[in-house]
Amino acid sequence: MAMVQSRNLKYRVWTARIVMWLFLLVILFPFFMIISVSLRTGNFATGSLIPENPSLEHWYLALGIPWENADGSITQPPFPVLTWLWNSIKVAITSSAMILILATTGAYAFARLRFRFKQQMLTAMMILQMFPAVLALVAIYSLFDQIGDYIPWLGLDSLGSVTLAYLGGMALHIWLIKGYFETIDNSLEEAAAIDGATPWQAFRFVLLPLSVPILAVVFILAFIASIAEYPVASVLLQSMDNLTLAVGSRQYLNPQNYLWGDFAAAAVLSGLPITVIFLACQRWIVGGLTSGGVKG
Amino acid sequence: MSSSRISIKSPSAYLVIAIVALIDLVLLYGVTLMYAQGELAFAILVLILAAVGSWVFISKKGYNYRYVYPSLLGVVTFIVFPLIYTVNVAFTNYSSNHLLSLDRVRAIHLAKTWRTGGESFSFKMYREGPNFRLMLSSASRATGEHYLTEPFPETSEPLKLKAYVSTHVPTGAELPIREVIKKRSTLKRLDIVLPNGTGLAMTSLRKFGAIAKVYRPDDRIDREYPEQNYALIDNRTGETIYPDMATGYYTNSDGSEQIGPGFTIYTGWDNFTRVFTDPGIQGPFLKIFAWTVIFSALSVVFTLIIGLLLACLVQWEPLKGNGIYRLLLILPYAVPAFISILIFRGLFNQNFGEINLLLDLLFGVKPEWFSNELLAKSMVVIVNTWLGYPYMMILSIGLLKSIPDDLYEASAIDGATPVQNLFHITIPMIIKPLTPLLIASFAFNFNNLVLIALLTDGAPDMLHATTPAGATDILVSYTFRIAFGSYGQDYGLASAIATVIFLMVGFIAWVNLKATRQLQ
Repeated sequence: MAMVQSRNLKYRVWTARIVMWLFLLVILFPFFMIISVSLRTGNFATGSLIPENPSLEHWYLALGIPWENADGSITQPPFPVLTWLWNSIKVAITSSAMILILATTGAYAFARLRFRFKQQMLTAMMILQMFPAVLALVAIYSLFDQIGDYIPWLGLDSLGSVTLAYLGGMALHIWLIKGYFETIDNSLEEAAAIDGATPWQAFRFVLLPLSVPILAVVFILAFIASIAEYPVASVLLQSMDNLTLAVGSRQYLNPQNYLWGDFAAAAVLSGLPITVIFLACQRWIVGGLTSGGVKG
Repeated sequence: MSSSRISIKSPSAYLVIAIVALIDLVLLYGVTLMYAQGELAFAILVLILAAVGSWVFISKKGYNYRYVYPSLLGVVTFIVFPLIYTVNVAFTNYSSNHLLSLDRVRAIHLAKTWRTGGESFSFKMYREGPNFRLMLSSASRATGEHYLTEPFPETSEPLKLKAYVSTHVPTGAELPIREVIKKRSTLKRLDIVLPNGTGLAMTSLRKFGAIAKVYRPDDRIDREYPEQNYALIDNRTGETIYPDMATGYYTNSDGSEQIGPGFTIYTGWDNFTRVFTDPGIQGPFLKIFAWTVIFSALSVVFTLIIGLLLACLVQWEPLKGNGIYRLLLILPYAVPAFISILIFRGLFNQNFGEINLLLDLLFGVKPEWFSNELLAKSMVVIVNTWLGYPYMMILSIGLLKSIPDDLYEASAIDGATPVQNLFHITIPMIIKPLTPLLIASFAFNFNNLVLIALLTDGAPDMLHATTPAGATDILVSYTFRIAFGSYGQDYGLASAIATVIFLMVGFIAWVNLKATRQLQ
């Protein structure tokens, strides 16, 4: 750029910095606040950003350890947060792995193989991924209710049903992986085919090892989407010990039983690992996101 | 010939055949079960899918479909089928009052019993070896005369017993009341038939009384219409009740009395008519529709403006340390939405929320974020902008990188201001690739149930609405509350509204497809 306006530039850079810091202060205010609240004593305490008499009460309760108050009485943990976290992780890992397997093989067919109605199927998937599961909740609820009559571990109030319902998120991922496969030159696979490899061998031993980055991205995207999913889980799950984190967290802010402090500790505890995973993988995730998806 | 053909196949091919055969066996068992349960449609569907699947995995011609079949099956089962099922439910009266099928409701009616009000008998229980015997006596009988039952074992199945008149007391030991209470699960299953044919069942811990079924099937031959197969006769009055296929209830012959529970029936376009003509639903529906569009549009516009400006700022070379800025700016996006939305719910709380404490301290005001319509709507948009701007920023950063630098150099030589750069270079260059993404973002916010359900749950409530409806409700959250809210779940109506949303989303998707095509 032009080098004449150095004085002007310095002034502009400082303006930009100040604007940025003020903006960040406003944007990050909820995070400062929630950490501060998690360290306050009691659920209704108000005070400054740095708590006057910090207490680990809420953190003990979030980790499932009963807390002994100053007057000797014992407060039991209100909710099984760690059980919820574990439920969420179980569901997320299983459903993401299944999505990955189905989406990868599907994407391979769409990227490399020739068959009838390929273009129509692709267009259909593009349109279908815009219909969120939220719109079919009544059907999902009723279907799993009926399935439960025959297969109890897939019925209502089971983690199996939620895992299965999350497979509907796969249409978008087929597009993502297909896009990546198309960037890989298929001369390697052709060479393998000339050497007598079957399409399966070419897929398994040539294409897949080259596609590990996108497979990781899809797994992480599916994992995060599943952890953060609320509507389907809230309809399918009922009993306290079966809830996922997204459904369970809501219990804290009931008007009848308002546990602001306990919520704060549980939120930081459960939000932190997911946030760290996201930030650690953001470079790869961003690539995936810009090619057409919205975080669900 | 045949032996040479088999020898070509590799061992793994046999493995595939074996696995397919195994899966088919399991599925066939399932199909038989479903057929036996009368779920004909499901049975046929599974049969067809299994047949196609077996062909794809065994035939050579189906080879190319092997890779796409499982994922296609997944898409059909988990996306397409629920959509079709929802449309189907939209044409029924499926709701908390009409939950069961006609067959199940009939079975419930047939199981109903009533106390006929005849004599009631006090009883004593005697042990006779491994069996028991009851002695039933009533005040109206001559003294010393009572009924004795046959001996019976402990049981968990319904048991019919004969009783006879006797003057003897059973030889076994009488059980104390404590023991009798322990045996009550057996006693409850007894159906004692007196010599005159009266049936007795346990009515309280100390008594047996005459009990009879309320209804019996109407097995007359002359059927006027098929529903009469389900007709029941009231044993108390002799009146016949019929399933009324227009209301989904059993009614008596003149239709004056409805007998619950109701059953599910097809009601045609009723639910849709209600959405568009019932004033208690149509009013809120149109308001909510308007708000949904405004909310989605505002969210897209605000997140785009903030995201684009930040992207320009972060990409601006002189601003050192922009890696850190970027990381911090993405933070609202990295935290799972359900956590940040709940954090805002707490922060905006009228009395304990930190935002109101701050506003009270600075300006002496405590806005009612959840009960004032306008404030609640602004809060929803503010929170959604906070949640969504990093996504727009990420998109914009990617697109900004694709703009050639020499365009800005040329404009710098011409002495253009940053604002002129923005409107004459940046925006025209990125608007085309951005359009499909903006439409997708609009569609996402159009169905952003998580935000509304966790932040306001629709509050404040609208007046004059027959179904729960709130000022901040968007169409999906409205549907969600009708279907799964705490006041009477109306799945049929919810599905009808969901079907209307399908059409809207389908339209948005179509526009998006056009925009994407234009890009290529």
